[in-house]
Amino acid sequence: MTTINNEYIVNKVQQHFGNALKEASESYGILNIEISAEKAYALIDWFKHDSEIKASFLTDVCGAQFPDLVGKEFCVIYHLHSFINNIRIRIKAFIPKDNPTIASITPLFPAANWQERETFDFYGIVFVGHPNLKRIVNVDEMDYFPLRKEYPLEDGTRTDKEDKYFGR
Amino acid sequence: MNEFEDKSIEQLEEPQYNTLNLGPTHPATHGIFQNILKMDGEIIVDAEQTVGYIHRAFEKIAERRPYYQITTLTDRLNYCSSPINNMGWHMTVEKLIGVEVPKRAQYMRVIIMELARIADHLVCNAVVGVDSGALTGFTYLFQWREKIYDIYEQICGARLTTNIGRIGGLERDFNDEVYKKIKAFLAEFPKAFKEFSNLLERNRIFYDRVVNTGAITAEKAMAYGFTGPNLRAAGVDYDVRVMNPYSSYEDFEFTIPVGEKGDTYDRFMVRQQEIWESLNIIKQALDNMPQGKWYADVPEFYLPPKEDVYNKMEALIYHFKIVMGESDVPKGEVYHAVEGGNGELGFYLISDGGRAPFRLHFRRPCFIYYQAYPEMIKGGMLSDAILTMSSMNVIAGELDA
Repeated sequence: MTTINNEYIVNKVQQHFGNALKEASESYGILNIEISAEKAYALIDWFKHDSEIKASFLTDVCGAQFPDLVGKEFCVIYHLHSFINNIRIRIKAFIPKDNPTIASITPLFPAANWQERETFDFYGIVFVGHPNLKRIVNVDEMDYFPLRKEYPLEDGTRTDKEDKYFGR
Repeated sequence: MNEFEDKSIEQLEEPQYNTLNLGPTHPATHGIFQNILKMDGEIIVDAEQTVGYIHRAFEKIAERRPYYQITTLTDRLNYCSSPINNMGWHMTVEKLIGVEVPKRAQYMRVIIMELARIADHLVCNAVVGVDSGALTGFTYLFQWREKIYDIYEQICGARLTTNIGRIGGLERDFNDEVYKKIKAFLAEFPKAFKEFSNLLERNRIFYDRVVNTGAITAEKAMAYGFTGPNLRAAGVDYDVRVMNPYSSYEDFEFTIPVGEKGDTYDRFMVRQQEIWESLNIIKQALDNMPQGKWYADVPEFYLPPKEDVYNKMEALIYHFKIVMGESDVPKGEVYHAVEGGNGELGFYLISDGGRAPFRLHFRRPCFIYYQAYPEMIKGGMLSDAILTMSSMNVIAGELDA
């Protein structure tokens, strides 16, 4: 029996997805796979149904914003877990700021439903094919996406709290 | 005049649904979240949840705070077992900066985390009793939760939102009073807990209320991202403590209780058994407590003792650096998960080397498994839905972050 480790998984992904696999690395024991956004759904689908890897548990979906990476400002991060092999896989799909859309994986994992709504709520990332994409923890009337880096946490009009005094 | 007189047969047969608001502030929701139920008489036809009433933007606040100040945010996630959240966060940062905590600190952490698990499960199970009409068990058990809080207080000075421990270890060694209190707890609690078990576990009335209500299959539970006692009640033996051991959990002998049907009774029983297992783990940790320091040698993150700050130059410098958030952290991204009271509590941290996390995401088990609630209560009675909710242990703080 072949041992299923990170290297083996990367090779297998490489065979199936070729150029769509942008980068694979390991950080703190978890395999990082960067995939083009169009193929993210297909990759997760494949991981879920692959007879060897069996990454059939979706641990987490979240978003992130990297304002300095031009053309790939937003990132959707999926954590998959294979209970059988006890391997965690992190999948990242970068999407541009002017068109932040990605296919929803709610049809694959019902668990993604609220997590995608949360990501939409905070980053404005649109999940195409999501059954009920609306804000979840913030009020519906909110007209901005609060976790984006352009919204500062503190009131910018305050003058008594200068950043330089706080090492920021 | 009959009210049906002017209606055709078709109109009369058309189902008449009522809308019922369960929450946001309802005694049975144990927290602030709303369920809009579509009712056909007393049968639930459909349900929709509204969450976010106590959303406090922790993920945004965390992007502005130095690492040691984020511990207080984690307290307020699952506030029934805040020490587990605190430890989870410390371990995440320790993983990022590459620190190995001494064995003694790890064992001390295990004791604290297992006490927290007992407290968490006690609340949940006692409340399942209350919601089924058995208030007695609740009044018996709550004094034991108080005793656990007394132990926390002796260790760190706080009771509910504990902010216990530090990055790199614990703030101080357990003193004699802590050991005395833990030993007294271990000696006396099982008797009281046995009494509680006798009240409910084989009680016919309770049995009739909870067996076969709010059930979920193992496949569905996994698809909905269940973890912790709720997943184990459905029959999947996934426990982070065993799958990815942290803080020396591999040193301890314990079993993972699993249920069969994933109904309210199984969830209740899994938590009951886990309390016994936690007691067992605490005993083992006390018996095999290693000697040594209770903190790692990371002066850049671990606050020095106050006497040293006043008398030693280095200690003063490090104290200042830590308090001002000037300690350097490496770049990188970490995912660390601990077995919280409700399941896999994950911390996904992206560090860009700055004083605060670039991005911090909490994987909150409640938030993920609460999605399945409508599916679990559809077709059931309203009174069962209340029990299903309390047996799932939905904690509003963890739900909304």
